[in-house]
Amino acid sequence: MFGKLSWEAIPFHEPIVMITIAMIALGGLAVFAAITYFKKWTYLWTEWLTSVDHKKIGVMYIIVAMVMLLRGFADAIMMRTQLALSTEGSPGYLPPEHYDQIFTAHGVIMIIFMAMPFFTGLMNLAVPLQIGARDVAYPFLNSLSFWLLMSGVVLVNVSLGVGEFARTGWVAYPPLSELGYSPGVGVDYYIWALQLSGLGTTLTGVNFLATVLKMRTPGMKLMDMPIFTWTCTWANVLIVASFPILTATLALLTLDRYMDFHIFTNELGGNPMMYVNLFWAWGHPEVYILILPAFGIFSEVISAFSGKKLFGHHSMIYASGAISILGFMVWLHHFFTMGSGANVNAFFGLATMLISIPTGVKLFNWLFTIYQGRLRMTSQVLWTLGFMVTFAIGGMTGVLLAIPGADFVLHNSLFVIAHFHNVIIGGAVFGYIAGFGFYFPKAFGFKLHEGWGKAAFWFWISGFFVAFMPLYALGFMGMTRRLNATTNPEWVPYLYVAMFGAVMIACGIACQLIQLYVSVRDRKKPENMCEHGDPWNAHTLEWSTSSPPPFYNFAVLPKADCIDPFTEAKEDGTAYQTPVKYEPIHMPNNTATGLVMGALLTVFGFAMIWHIWWMAIFGLAGAVVYFVIHAARDDQGYMVPVDVIERTEAEQRKRLVAAGKIPATATRVETSLEQA
Amino acid sequence: MSKNRYPRLLGLLPLIGTLLLSGCNMTLLDPKGQVGLDERNLIITATLLMLLVVVPVIVMTFLFAWKYRASNTDAVYTPKWSHSTKIEIAVWAIPVLIIIALGYVTYKSTHALDPYKPLESDVKPITIQVVSMDWKWLFIYPEQGIATVNKIVFPANTPINFQITSDTVMNSFFIPGLGGQIYAMAGMQTKLHLIANQNAEFDGISANYSGAGFTGMKFKAIATSQADFDAWVSDVKKAPKQLEKAEYEALSKPSQNNPVALYSSFTPNLFQTIVDKYEGMKPGPKVDHEKKEKEVAQMEGMESSSHSAAGAEE
Repeated sequence: MFGKLSWEAIPFHEPIVMITIAMIALGGLAVFAAITYFKKWTYLWTEWLTSVDHKKIGVMYIIVAMVMLLRGFADAIMMRTQLALSTEGSPGYLPPEHYDQIFTAHGVIMIIFMAMPFFTGLMNLAVPLQIGARDVAYPFLNSLSFWLLMSGVVLVNVSLGVGEFARTGWVAYPPLSELGYSPGVGVDYYIWALQLSGLGTTLTGVNFLATVLKMRTPGMKLMDMPIFTWTCTWANVLIVASFPILTATLALLTLDRYMDFHIFTNELGGNPMMYVNLFWAWGHPEVYILILPAFGIFSEVISAFSGKKLFGHHSMIYASGAISILGFMVWLHHFFTMGSGANVNAFFGLATMLISIPTGVKLFNWLFTIYQGRLRMTSQVLWTLGFMVTFAIGGMTGVLLAIPGADFVLHNSLFVIAHFHNVIIGGAVFGYIAGFGFYFPKAFGFKLHEGWGKAAFWFWISGFFVAFMPLYALGFMGMTRRLNATTNPEWVPYLYVAMFGAVMIACGIACQLIQLYVSVRDRKKPENMCEHGDPWNAHTLEWSTSSPPPFYNFAVLPKADCIDPFTEAKEDGTAYQTPVKYEPIHMPNNTATGLVMGALLTVFGFAMIWHIWWMAIFGLAGAVVYFVIHAARDDQGYMVPVDVIERTEAEQRKRLVAAGKIPATATRVETSLEQA
Repeated sequence: MSKNRYPRLLGLLPLIGTLLLSGCNMTLLDPKGQVGLDERNLIITATLLMLLVVVPVIVMTFLFAWKYRASNTDAVYTPKWSHSTKIEIAVWAIPVLIIIALGYVTYKSTHALDPYKPLESDVKPITIQVVSMDWKWLFIYPEQGIATVNKIVFPANTPINFQITSDTVMNSFFIPGLGGQIYAMAGMQTKLHLIANQNAEFDGISANYSGAGFTGMKFKAIATSQADFDAWVSDVKKAPKQLEKAEYEALSKPSQNNPVALYSSFTPNLFQTIVDKYEGMKPGPKVDHEKKEKEVAQMEGMESSSHSAAGAEE
């Protein structure tokens, strides 16, 4: 009846796990009680959970990313503590079967369930506004993507309390991840969590490509799109090209594990090396999917706060494109040590090095954006400057690893761990945090507290160096990754320093939580309010509408015939013009289909993991049927009546007058552009 | 063996780097084998080459951010300046030049340091066959007729030809003090060529996670004089244990932190038997109609019966 599932799947004997579960349950109960007490269920359901508004979906993505950051970071602290304690014969406090799940979960969560939703959230929030669109091309699909990600999140977290997670490392190489060596449900949790959220990511990629191609405001040329939109677009190209590889690879591993195929097994002609190739054919583009949007955020931040146009806008677009294309041709550098021969290794080494050329160009372009500017030292700028320094180092160690001769000794060592945390924390995460602070006022109409933001930056960056520079050294000392205990007394001081660095990063995260609390508490203070919409005196269209923007984003589709249309409009006095009359606006209806399908597919995934076939059929068939019913409805959306627009825009005009952005006597003008 | 396994573009760089880093007790920066030394020098050369662009970028970041801070109203402010062909050419050209230099070093060193390439030496090499198991290393000395677990002894200044496979999941065979690593994979044979420049004791590890007992999958690698090596071999030949079928089956059972074991003999052709256990890159068991196709292929000289690692160039 319940497949492999029984009471034994719940690890009652593991105090660490049980306490964690108890705390999650209590926390969940508290949230549930609070929502019920304040009677917010209807609000939550109609305004958020069933919303197809890209801004709200973006906010939900970012909330998920932050919660998963805490979960992934808890794993990190446990790993660092274990390694600091388990020296010279001491086993530490985590047995291998638990420790091995933790490092696997840490990698999966931080990449798939922290970094990906953070980037997707920022993209959802900003990209449609940047191109002057009223929503994405397929609003329902966007909601479905989010709920598919949630399916993955739910499965990963359920694995904590029911069964186990994979003990394979986040790459899940076969034959270790095959039934013969991993008979438990851990790898199945891995497969279905990645499979469902990966499907959501593919749909997001398709959706946003269609959005930038078809939904740009009239007059906006592709090459004039803001740089963040461009870097997201390149990331979406990579998503559409690479995520299907992950889907197919996981499907093949599923056939091995569920139907006794031998695609990647040791025996019967299986070929584990093929999995390694396929995994990285997705996995390497994936890291560029994470970093490119961060590059875009840094570009926006540095150009806004320097009060200058971005240096070499076109150069930046070409550089991002070069990175995307080359990013597809380098996957083998993850396994030079497989014995492919000198010519193959040299090709992939050289291809990898080529990527450092466009990346170097980007660094120089940021520098020359600051050059002859007026740089305001906000926390977002600190994150950007911190990134430029940190990333220069991480890029250098990356190129070093791209040299096969050097990689033969550094491969799989802590040097590699230090390198990719250097570029993922110092690159992607710094970028997302900068973007969070940059776009937070756009989403909520008030600014984040600067003091706590800067404190968070200093803790993060110093913590990063203290935590990861010792790992570079340990790599040179011959320490390999994924060890659960060490015996070399010379490594111990470095391991302690690294643990201390992790604690410093924890302080940085604490500062960010305090920052959120303080900012929400002081949101009504006049110096924090920025509902007029342009807190940073920035260049692009997203800042020309109110904060938070009205649900239809723009009452009249904005004009765009240059790279920084909002700055141009502010300069020639055409910003914030009110047309003589508004036209009704066509908007999509909210729908619960995404949520329901996500829930049914979560049931499907869970049932597949535990071999509960009837439940799997129910979940999958239910999701398909529900989708068919949804698609068969004749839902053409609705028209926003003119008086609603008039009312909303009148409020915004009052705010603009109060902020001194327009004179109280401003007259309405005949605009040349009407909504398309 | 050649002293210059790859061209030193800037011959002095490794020397300066070594001076800067001396004093640290870092295995990879103080290797005792020629391969490791070449790899160390490569790392230092490449790092210094890259620092040529990385250091200016970091300095410029601080300098520009300070000079063009908002409060410094004396500095030039050009809000519309966003293009300069000269600068654009420079910012593309500088990384291109560095990468051309580095690319040359990479191409040359990748061929020079190919782990499959036998080392040049006047001394006759010694062959050691390596099998990764759950979770220990089995070493077979085909020429000496002995086998060991988690310990190898070999003469210094003698090239070692490692032939490597796995009787379980993938591992990576790595002696950091001697030089590079290579994966151990079931059904396949990878190769690694190393040499010790002096008598020393090295730590050997698996550098690819392979399951619960991975952490304890360590071995000792001891480089001695030829005489001491010969003495050790004759000692092992007197060891009571013999690695025949039953003993190997017992050894195959997963075990953690396995102690050193010595075997005075092993079943003939043991290494090849282990490789052949798995089909690896070979097609599966033959069925009738396939047999016919095979014969045709053989006649046309298309058939290759080798089963080394994919793409491995021998």
